[in-house]
Amino acid sequence: MVGSAEQTDRSGGRAGDVASLQADVAPATSGKSPTGSLRGRGRIDLRIGLLVLGLLVLVVVSFGLGRYLLTPWTVVQVLIGQLLDIPVHWTATDQTVVMQVRLPRIVGALLVGAALSASGAAYQTAFRNPLVSPEILGVAAAAGFGASLALLLGLAPVVLQIMAFGFGVLAAVLSLGIGRIMGGGSTIVLVLGGIVVGAMFQALISVTQYLADPENTLPEITFWLLGGLGRVSLGGLVVPGIIVAVCLGMLYAVRWPLTVLAAGDDEAHTLGVNRRLVWLLVVAATTLMTANVVSIAGIIGWVGLVVPHLARFIGGPSFARLLPTSTLLGAGYLLAVDDVARSATPVDLPLGILTALIGAPFFVALLARAGRQWL
Amino acid sequence: MAVNGVEITGLGFSYGRGGHRLTDVSLSVREADVCTLLGPNGAGKTTLLRCVLGLLTPEHGTIRVAGINTAELSARELARLVAYVPQTTSITFPFTTLDIAVMGRTPHLSLTATPSGADRRAALATLADLGIDHLAHRSFAGLSGGERQLTLIARALVQQAPVLILDEPTAALDYGNEVHLLRVVTELAAAGRAVLMTTHQPDHALAYATRAVLMRNGAIIADGSPEDVVTSDSLTELYGTPIHVARVALPGPGARSARTCIPVQHVGDGSEPTRNGGPPCASPV
Repeated sequence: MVGSAEQTDRSGGRAGDVASLQADVAPATSGKSPTGSLRGRGRIDLRIGLLVLGLLVLVVVSFGLGRYLLTPWTVVQVLIGQLLDIPVHWTATDQTVVMQVRLPRIVGALLVGAALSASGAAYQTAFRNPLVSPEILGVAAAAGFGASLALLLGLAPVVLQIMAFGFGVLAAVLSLGIGRIMGGGSTIVLVLGGIVVGAMFQALISVTQYLADPENTLPEITFWLLGGLGRVSLGGLVVPGIIVAVCLGMLYAVRWPLTVLAAGDDEAHTLGVNRRLVWLLVVAATTLMTANVVSIAGIIGWVGLVVPHLARFIGGPSFARLLPTSTLLGAGYLLAVDDVARSATPVDLPLGILTALIGAPFFVALLARAGRQWL
Repeated sequence: MAVNGVEITGLGFSYGRGGHRLTDVSLSVREADVCTLLGPNGAGKTTLLRCVLGLLTPEHGTIRVAGINTAELSARELARLVAYVPQTTSITFPFTTLDIAVMGRTPHLSLTATPSGADRRAALATLADLGIDHLAHRSFAGLSGGERQLTLIARALVQQAPVLILDEPTAALDYGNEVHLLRVVTELAAAGRAVLMTTHQPDHALAYATRAVLMRNGAIIADGSPEDVVTSDSLTELYGTPIHVARVALPGPGARSARTCIPVQHVGDGSEPTRNGGPPCASPV
């Protein structure tokens, strides 16, 4: 760290007085601090509660948005009406719009946002690098290639999902393999391996585009790669939903060892963390979620990079808090962006374009605020 | 004889492509010992520490901690016996001082657990013992070098390990913080821990250590009390430059004195380095 030399200098003079300070400071703070830290935890629980509440409000509002406007009250009635037997004060069209048109899309947005943000938070913590995103191991590019290939060959949507998922996992395995062979598993070589694998699959995507029929297949591939939730169906979200839930569970299980990993690989080992196991779980969970998301919604960038930073401002860097905060914020963020994508203009805007247009300047703002800590 | 500390026997290690290596290193550090490892860059001091910490796997020999062969221990089991204070640490994210200290509880937690309120209180109490509990909720990255190093010591103490390993813990500190930190370390040893520490300052061995070990080219060339081991001759040979160890009288009641080392210059160019480094043939720098 560049700052450390400076900070050492600044400490000059305070020197050996720490011991003498002890007498003055200890009685004052030792009574206050434990309650202070407990209050801190309470505040964070409150913040997570507020996030959940905000997300619920956003979900209800999102159901109402679109060319066919619905009031939040109608939306709530329709939704409750699915579970309970209440008097029907809504039209059949209301019901179709809520349940058939908007529900899959909203569930899809929540799932994609949660998966990308949780993945990004996990990778940033494990790599100790705030500039890392879930695409770092080339997973997204490879999954994009899998999907492009399926479109080129005119395969069924289910096969497309499986191919996208399969190539995404393959990319992570290749990156890990390169990292292992070249650098004995060091983080920087893993990142380099990911860059190589990502570039390779990016080139392969271009090959499918070059070979595709410019009349119909090429636009199909191009639009698919721009990302969007226009194609999701409720049935098609069941398996991805289960995968994301399992992966979030895996990350939650290692939330503390992963936090300690942020102190450095070697130090984590001397603190008793099984580095290999934690890395394996993190890479597995993140890869499965990212490949999964690309297989249903195409390549949606910037979410996994930006949202964890916002989450860190709210809940702090400890992964035990970062994971729920990132997941909730990410779900809400992507839902809000998708609301814009489908209701701002008469045409359905590609999600990947919007997340990049919003994410990039937002990221610059975050850099300006927190940048000095990172450099 | 079972040593309730670290016992290293016949340790051998080499990095694949040459570099530092260790040959037949044997060393034991008992409880209440402050053992300083001295030697030039590349002597293998850090390599030895990394072997004890389980970060490197030795090719030959055994390392026993509290009588247990560390090769048979998991990272978690080893971390309950050996705690580590690095030279510096860089933490990217804005963890608080208390967050860092409570990480020391990790070897006492199961894989899927997080520290409890009791763990946080224990960490806070350790910060208070070191006189830095007022920093508990400050960002670790914003602390001064001395405060950070004390925090890392707190983290190691929270581990409750009988062995404490420090790799040049004062390298980034100003003189006052250096003295304070080393006093803390000697107190911790006096409380019953075995301390193994590398340093580039022979004065640390003279002023704070109960044992001094000199290493060169991956081997131990001297091991004993600082009084016997750290001498003008041994330091001159170890570092390849004339060094004089002088006894100075200390002010105050009684006939107190301490030894300190002073680098000295050759009188004439091209002459052999002066082995005894005595004042007649050398002048202070």
